[in-house]
Amino acid sequence: MSSVVVVDAGGANLGSVCYALERLGVQPRVVTDAAGLEGAGRVILPGVGAAPEGMRRLHAQGLVEPLRALQAPLLGICLGMQLLYERSEEGEVECLGLLQGVVHRLPAAPGIRVPHMGWNALRAMRPSALLDGVADGASAYFVHSYAAPVTADTVAASDHGSLFTAVVQHGRLCGAQFHPERSAATGAHILRNFLEMDF
Amino acid sequence: MLSRRIIPCLDVRDGRVVKGVRFRDHVDMGDIVELALRYRDQGADELVFYDIGASPEGRSVDYAWVERVARLIDIPFCVAGGIRDVETARRVLHAGADKISVNSPALERPPLIAELADAFGVQCVVVGVDSVREADGQWRVRTNTGDPSRTRAPGARTLDWIAEAQRLGAGEIVLNCMDQDGVRRGYDVEQLRQARALCGVPLVASGGAGEPQHFADVFEQADVDGALAASVFHSGAIPIPELKRFLRQRQIEVRDV
Repeated sequence: MSSVVVVDAGGANLGSVCYALERLGVQPRVVTDAAGLEGAGRVILPGVGAAPEGMRRLHAQGLVEPLRALQAPLLGICLGMQLLYERSEEGEVECLGLLQGVVHRLPAAPGIRVPHMGWNALRAMRPSALLDGVADGASAYFVHSYAAPVTADTVAASDHGSLFTAVVQHGRLCGAQFHPERSAATGAHILRNFLEMDF
Repeated sequence: MLSRRIIPCLDVRDGRVVKGVRFRDHVDMGDIVELALRYRDQGADELVFYDIGASPEGRSVDYAWVERVARLIDIPFCVAGGIRDVETARRVLHAGADKISVNSPALERPPLIAELADAFGVQCVVVGVDSVREADGQWRVRTNTGDPSRTRAPGARTLDWIAEAQRLGAGEIVLNCMDQDGVRRGYDVEQLRQARALCGVPLVASGGAGEPQHFADVFEQADVDGALAASVFHSGAIPIPELKRFLRQRQIEVRDV
C-alpha cells in the first residue's frame, strides 16, 4: 500500500477517520498543506460542519488548486464529499467542481427529520469496486442536512424523503456521504476497497 | 429507509462504567472500552457515555477515555456531562466523539447551544432535557439531576424549552422523562408525542424502558427516532439482538447486524 494522506481541514472527525484507517492496519499521514499531498498514494478529505467554512479552510490552507489538480485517488467523506461538487446551496458557496451537480438542502417533510441522523440503507445504483463485499441494502451511519443529487456518478443512493447520493465515484474521485469510520463492517469494507482498488 | 436507533447509555466515572443507585453506591460494571465493544457487537446503533463525575465535581470530561473509545469503536458515540463551553466541546470532538450532549449548562446559558452549533454544525449538538410532570399537570425541566441534593427547577416548561433549544441550533433532542426513570413501566408516550409534534430534528426517548413492548410502543405511538436505555441493557434483561428481532416482527425498521 502506497502512502495514505488524510487532509486536516478542520473537520472534527479527523481523528475518527485516522483511527478507522489504523484499525485496517494503515498508518495515515495527516497533512495541512499542498506540500503534504506530494507523493500520496491515496488522499482522504474528511469533513464535518458547514460548506462555506469547509471551503474557507481549504482556501486558507492553499489546498483548493492542489486538490483540483490532484492525480492520486481522492475520497471525500461527508462534507468532504459535498465539497467535490460544483457548488453547495449551504451558504451558496462554490466548491471544488470536480464532480457535476449542486449540493442541496434535504427537504423536511412529515416524518422526515433534518438533520438526517442515523443508520440508513445503501441502494446500489451501478457496479463499483468501492462496494465490493457490501451487500445491497447494507446500513451506513449518516449525519447531514445537505446532500448531492443522484447523477450518473452515483454508485449507491439512500432514501430520506427522496433519493440522494450516498456513494459516488467518477474515475479516481470517490465520496461517501455517510461516515465509513462509524459505519461498522460496512464502513470498513468501503475504506478498504478505496485503499486497495485499481483506478 | 432510516432505521430507528437503539441506544445504550453508559455512566462513566474515572474511566470505568458504573451503575449507581440514586447517585450514590456506584457499582463497578467494567472497563469502558470492553463494554462499548460488547454493545457494538450486540448491535447497538449508537452509544451515549455520560461522565457522571464531571458535572458535580465541577471539572470537564476526561478526554483520555474518549480517545480510547474512539480508537476501537466503529459505531457513533455521544459524550455527555461536564461540557459547558466551546473549548471543552472541541476537545471532546477532537478526541473522537461524534456528538456532544449538553443539559444543565444549556439551560443556565441558552446561547451555549448556538455557540456550539456555529462552531461544529448542528449535527454534533445534542440537547438533553430532564423533565418532570408537576402538580399543575405541566411538564417542566430540571437541572443537575445527577445529584439529587443539587437538582433545581428553573421553571421553564419542557415543551417551550425544546422549541427554544431547536431554534438555537440543537441537532437532536434527548427527552428524559424522569417520572418514568428507573421504574421500567414504559416510556412516557404522551409527553414524547407532544415533544415530537414540535420537534423537527431527531428526538430520542429516555426513561422507563422495561420490556421490548415499551420500545415498540414509543416508536409506534410517539414516532421517536431513537430509544435510549441503561439498566435493562446493563442487566441483560433485554438483549439487543432479541429486541431488534422483536421490533422487526412489528414492522419497525431497525438495523441488521
